[in-house]
Amino acid sequence: MTLSTRDIKRKIKGINNIMQITKAMELVASARLRRARERLERTRPYYNTVYENIKEVLGHVGNIDHPFLRKRDVKKSLYIVVTADRGLAGGFNSNVNRLVEAEIGNNKENISLITVGAKGRDHFKKRGYNIMAEFVGMTENPSFSHAKNIANLVLEAYSKEEIDEVKIVYTEFISTISQKPKVIRLLPSDSLKSEKKEKTAVVEFEPSADEVLDYLIPRYIQSVVYGALIESACSQQGARMTAMKNATENAEELIDELQLSYNKARQAAITTEITEIVSGAEALK
Amino acid sequence: MGFKLEIVTPDRAFFSDEVDMAILRGIEGEFAVLKNMAPLITPLDIGKVRIKKGNEEKVAAIAGGYVTVSKDKTTVITDSAEWPEEIDVERAKRAKERAEKRLKEKKEGIDILRAELALKRAINRLNIAEKYKK
Repeated sequence: MTLSTRDIKRKIKGINNIMQITKAMELVASARLRRARERLERTRPYYNTVYENIKEVLGHVGNIDHPFLRKRDVKKSLYIVVTADRGLAGGFNSNVNRLVEAEIGNNKENISLITVGAKGRDHFKKRGYNIMAEFVGMTENPSFSHAKNIANLVLEAYSKEEIDEVKIVYTEFISTISQKPKVIRLLPSDSLKSEKKEKTAVVEFEPSADEVLDYLIPRYIQSVVYGALIESACSQQGARMTAMKNATENAEELIDELQLSYNKARQAAITTEITEIVSGAEALK
Repeated sequence: MGFKLEIVTPDRAFFSDEVDMAILRGIEGEFAVLKNMAPLITPLDIGKVRIKKGNEEKVAAIAGGYVTVSKDKTTVITDSAEWPEEIDVERAKRAKERAEKRLKEKKEGIDILRAELALKRAINRLNIAEKYKK
């Protein structure tokens, strides 16, 4: 297919416009990524500490029977799905959605979801999943109170035995170019217990081990949710930046190619014109 | 030398240093943490933490949380922690008024509990700001 020079020119212009947009989005995403990363670095010590603490505590108390640790027959599961509010972030949203679907399999009826982010909500609503709660508009800048709300909702449903298992699906931030969707089981928290810990000194619990756990486990859930939100927020920007960078590079390549064919077409037109003129002059002789 | 004290909040690592003594307010009352104390885990009340190192004493407002004392390290986990000079007095005053209003209106159940906690936090902040702000 040969395009006229005018068509090619128009195409170049169109791609140029797109490129400017993707370039701008890349810059915005990279600025936000920087901020999100600072946040991540400030927050990681918090949830790592909470995690270490709770593991230690459970290692010490040994065989304690606590409702949040007890395993129940899993009839109903709840998934907390952390996605973004906006697209154009490469595979960020669809990776999470796909992972959730793979986890659920054919068990759709016994699943409830809490979706964080508009993309996840839309995806699962369209497919007829049971959505217990949705949180939108805060995925780029989650605060601890958001995590608290989500965690309290989960804990309430879990204590009422409306659900027997809670998992959270989010995207772990590894580096700017690498983010990995991940599933963690929040409740029952018995997986924490199974990790063998060498017994150190006896720890005192005030007022009692039960009461401390009553307090500590919800706190642990909150901080894991918070961590997941923060990690996802950061991953989101990273994924978006990479996606936009690729788009910009592709546009550049495309423009180069089109520029080449434009030059060729232009040259061909000139050559034909010259040939016509020459042969016309020749005929007049 | 003392022991290592860490105070972490969701937003930042608030404090991390060697100290001689930390006085905390647990839900069962105030207690002090010294070097080589027996390991302990306990929830904290809304209140202040006093940190002593040499002749220096620092005070910070903390909003609940819990503390783990282990052999070589003491960690305080809390929702928020502020030095007196960081406290936004105006904001705390507004929060106090808001909470008081809510308590007067007396809506049902959980709101009361939340308002009471909010009131407690606001009063705590104001007290500390008043007493220690230079």
